[in-house]
Amino acid sequence: MPDEYNTPISVEEEILERGRMQISKQQTAQVAKLAQLALGPDEMKQFSEQLSNILTYVEQLNKLDTSKITPTSHVIPLSNVFREDVVTPSLAMEEAIGNAPDKAVPFFQVPKIIE
Amino acid sequence: MSFVGQPIHALHEAIRNKKVSARELTNAFLKQIDAVEGKIHAFNTITSEEALKQADGVDAAIAKGNTIGPLAGIPIAIKDNLCTRGIATTCSSKILQGFIPPYDATVVSRLRDAGAIFLGKTNMDEFAMGSSTENSAFEKTRNPWDLSRIPGGSSGGSAAAVAASEAVMALGSDTGGSIRQPAGLCGIVGIKPTYGRVSRYGLIAYASSLDQIGPLTQDVTDAAIVMNVIGGHDPRDTTSANRPMPDFTQNLSNGIAGLRIGVPKEYFVGGLDTEVSSAITEAINTFEKLGAKPVEVSLPHSEYAIATYYIVATAEASSNLARFDGVRFGYRTEAASDLKEMYQKSRAEGFGPEVKRRIMLGTYVLSSGYYDAYYKKAQQVRTLIKNDFDSAFSEVDVVISPTSPTPAFKIGEKMSDPIQMYLSDIFTISANLAGIPAISIPCGFSGEGLPIGLQISAKPFDEETLLRVAFAFEEATDFHKRKPNLA
Repeated sequence: MPDEYNTPISVEEEILERGRMQISKQQTAQVAKLAQLALGPDEMKQFSEQLSNILTYVEQLNKLDTSKITPTSHVIPLSNVFREDVVTPSLAMEEAIGNAPDKAVPFFQVPKIIE
Repeated sequence: MSFVGQPIHALHEAIRNKKVSARELTNAFLKQIDAVEGKIHAFNTITSEEALKQADGVDAAIAKGNTIGPLAGIPIAIKDNLCTRGIATTCSSKILQGFIPPYDATVVSRLRDAGAIFLGKTNMDEFAMGSSTENSAFEKTRNPWDLSRIPGGSSGGSAAAVAASEAVMALGSDTGGSIRQPAGLCGIVGIKPTYGRVSRYGLIAYASSLDQIGPLTQDVTDAAIVMNVIGGHDPRDTTSANRPMPDFTQNLSNGIAGLRIGVPKEYFVGGLDTEVSSAITEAINTFEKLGAKPVEVSLPHSEYAIATYYIVATAEASSNLARFDGVRFGYRTEAASDLKEMYQKSRAEGFGPEVKRRIMLGTYVLSSGYYDAYYKKAQQVRTLIKNDFDSAFSEVDVVISPTSPTPAFKIGEKMSDPIQMYLSDIFTISANLAGIPAISIPCGFSGEGLPIGLQISAKPFDEETLLRVAFAFEEATDFHKRKPNLA
């Protein structure tokens, strides 16, 4: 994984002003890169404003003291669900890759990645 | 007698007693679709040939005297985020246009086994993200009660199809209200089962810890019939619960004398539409007349549900939707010179604005440095919301509320402000965060003739009580019998 994916979004750019979260265009660009989305300048501007609004809205959660609360990742009690390691019928190769936009059976085809 | 507009239980009798054949019934529904679909736009795909072939199969089984399934010959519709073998499944997204799943979702194969006839796939907000079906990359579905209004969402196509009698029943999915809200706004019944009650195998995931599949039907009996078919453990979904499945139709008419109906005090302050408020007050009176006892309960963390949801759901969505990369299925850009550009442009061109917005938000809240402040915080508040319900259900059997704060709004009304759109799910979102079952049933009409929905929620895996309360209310009222005039 290249380093750019592990770089924290720079905190100093975040202006917390009158309780309003402000996401800069640079931060928006960094998030778009992490999300693998090629956004145009208009979208970048729009998302930067809308994300700021939504993050300002969710700031209300900080009114709650949750320091002693266990997080819920899942609502029903579940531990690991195991099954026997038995081979069962699965999709045929042609079916499994049938929806690929570019293929050379039995492979998916993508643009060249090694020079 | 016209068969179009009849519920499953009536049609099942008609088919069993050979008053109508599956082919005749299917043709009647295809004719109804022909007549009204131009106004409603409920479907992305109509599968007439497949439907008639299935109908002939049912008729052949009946002719041979074979026992038939509970949905034999019943024409139904399926939300377009449920995989149907050999039938296009698009999530109303450009990125999945032309995708033909090589397998059936578990709920779809259970419907097939029960003899249901598939009329087609219904429109939805792209990837189930939305509350009005306006986020579809394809058509704008209309509310059959007022064509200038939204049908709700994200299962808006399913709700509109059932309300307009284009299908006897439709399947939807519900992540923050996507079955109940459109059911409420279209004047029909919609149930979100307990998390884990229905297998999610083959449901194209939005937010995996919140998503559940459920039926949109004309009445409560039909909801119970479909729950019997689609519910129960499935080894292919590790989160599906391995619990006994009661016959949900069995105890519907046992009455609700002595039952305690929880009325959350937080839900009836400010902002609530006056017509919605009076319909709910009237519903409470109806429950009292039926011998149930209204009890005030408190869900103190309700106000935090939407903020919590938009962190948890978008975080899960950003991860789930990473699989759409233009390699194995779906749309691939024409304009990429290398692999990374192919990913980024395929996704940017394939996803619509709301999906990108939620992927962006989800990526942000999960990103290095923000995880604790947002994602972990939201999961902790989720615990508080769940605890609120646990404590309410120690005092009462069910909790009621409006399904939505207002009747159906106008097309375009809330598209410019995401937060205003998100607020329309204020009453439904908590049930997904807490994992509890909840149903919306018709409980009145506004002065303008728009349906108003009553939401009832119950303890985890207590769909039986939920359905019993809903059935008692339905028996005492006739809101569910009204149909929109589409002439």
